Amino acid sequence: MIGWQTFEHEADVGVRGTGATLVEAFAGAALAMTAAVCDPATVAARAPVLVGCAAPDAELLLLDWLNALVFEMATRRMLFARFELAITPSEGGPHLRATAWGEPVDVVRHQPAAEVKGASFCELKVAQRADGQWLAQCVVDV
Amino acid sequence: MDTSRLKRRGPCEWELPASGRMRVPGVIFASKELVQAMDDKVAEQVANVASLPGIVDASYAMPDAHWGYGFPIGGVAAFDADEGGVVSAGGVGFDISCGVRTLHTGLREADVAAVKKRLADLLFARIPAGVGSTGALRLSAAQMDAMLRGGARWAVKEGYGSEADLARIEEHGCVAGADPTAVSDMAKQRQRDEMGTLGSGNHYLEVQVVDAVFDAAAARAYGLAQGDVVVSIHCGSRGLGHQIGTDFLREMVIAAGQAGIVLPDRELACAPLKSALGQRYLGAMRAGINCALANRQILTHLAREAFAGLLPGVRLPLLYDVSHNTCKEEMHVSADGRQRRLFVHRKGATRAFGPGHRELPAEYRHVGQPVLIGGSMGTASWVLAGSAGTEERAFGSACHGAGRAMSRNAALRRWHGRNVVDELAAKGILIRSPSFRGVAEEAPLAYKDVGEVVEAADRAGLARKVARLRPLVCIKG
Repeated sequence: MIGWQTFEHEADVGVRGTGATLVEAFAGAALAMTAAVCDPATVAARAPVLVGCAAPDAELLLLDWLNALVFEMATRRMLFARFELAITPSEGGPHLRATAWGEPVDVVRHQPAAEVKGASFCELKVAQRADGQWLAQCVVDV
Repeated sequence: MDTSRLKRRGPCEWELPASGRMRVPGVIFASKELVQAMDDKVAEQVANVASLPGIVDASYAMPDAHWGYGFPIGGVAAFDADEGGVVSAGGVGFDISCGVRTLHTGLREADVAAVKKRLADLLFARIPAGVGSTGALRLSAAQMDAMLRGGARWAVKEGYGSEADLARIEEHGCVAGADPTAVSDMAKQRQRDEMGTLGSGNHYLEVQVVDAVFDAAAARAYGLAQGDVVVSIHCGSRGLGHQIGTDFLREMVIAAGQAGIVLPDRELACAPLKSALGQRYLGAMRAGINCALANRQILTHLAREAFAGLLPGVRLPLLYDVSHNTCKEEMHVSADGRQRRLFVHRKGATRAFGPGHRELPAEYRHVGQPVLIGGSMGTASWVLAGSAGTEERAFGSACHGAGRAMSRNAALRRWHGRNVVDELAAKGILIRSPSFRGVAEEAPLAYKDVGEVVEAADRAGLARKVARLRPLVCIKG
């Protein structure tokens, strides 16, 4: 089950996803990033956007994933509420293919507080905890 | 912050002695109260910056320092290329050349009182602000590159302002050495619809009144008198700068290991100044600075149009424009008495050259550089002046704002945006924002007392108090 939360940072916002798999944790982190902007419950998962990235390791892949979404949010003026991902290992590091579902920003309905400028290395962590749950987190600059 | 590790050098100056991997000491400029209130992470980040190759004299933190990424926000550090020095994308941050500019209006508070509500509505209608907002200007690829090379100078050529504006901007509105080819297509794509937009978060356009003057000579030189109305704009390089930060942070983290640079924190991502990557970042970052300068110039033009629409004949000449997220190539005399060409990183810190500096406009040179300190909606903003001898303290740098006292989550739990707007309106401050949640997150009490910060900057000999500005209207992104 996908879990997500935002966490405290003095100037900005931490985003954290958890789940039974790495994929669920990545989807949770993306949902937490939407929550840094607005209430995700107000965002309708209507239009699909395809996203792909690859990185040398899982932590860089999380940054690339969130930054790919930041780019789509900024250039399409969209917010996202649902994510379908696949992460596949390869020789040079993991690859990610995803569909993010969302809708154009509606200022009145979404009341977006701040745009995300980028995902940072601050508090960046991707790991499997002792209880078997996966965790994916970092601080995003808003 | 635990002060037991610090040596007090003066009422507002604390040394973090070099230890471990630190190549130089850390120096924190702050009152006892401010330094005690700082997170321990600030000392940790000051120490981490002090460990970077080629750092000169010390790793500095300004009175508004708080926990940032890699560098503290309010961090200053200079590097010498000839001594293996580095340039750090983390030391500049995502919002390249975020800054403040202040404009005169020639109006008094009484002149604005009668039209304040209409002025607030007109500015809110004319200034694109908030998440998802777009500007009216669309640049072709060639125009984009010309803007990235030319900065505010490009904007003036395109009809946004006058030559007189350029003399009142750092580097005369255009930083040399910008390389548009070092800027990714993704960065340019993010900027496509964002020229002349304010952004969101702590960015704003405010109409303010000078409600106290502390240095009559400097205020006179800057053209400020009690009761004068001014306009201040706080914003940066928009999506282009954010994407440059994203692109180069990633590349520098991977490359640092290959260059043999040990990063105590990956967000300190950097590259030797004498490397292809370091030079490419400098070219892209300077293009980001020019983008921010062009953006503030276009916003100035929009503000001028709005004022002229309501108050015909009113002009808004520029007082000054400062950037507070930059790396700039400057000549300084280091502690060993050598004149050196240094790359000064100021992350959440303002250049604050003292009296006599040749970079300053002739009319300001005898009092020092205007240092524009942003407020937080309901609280004051400040105009300071670079102090004599400030180049010997922190390479001519001072604070940039109040800094947050409370996280966004905590602010959201504590306040509702509608109530914040109503309470400020009752105090005569009109807020216009597309987002009540944004207003709640930016509530004035979520920030530290900017008065304490500027007092410490003054007492530390970084920049002296000239005038305090009280908000009348705030257009919040």
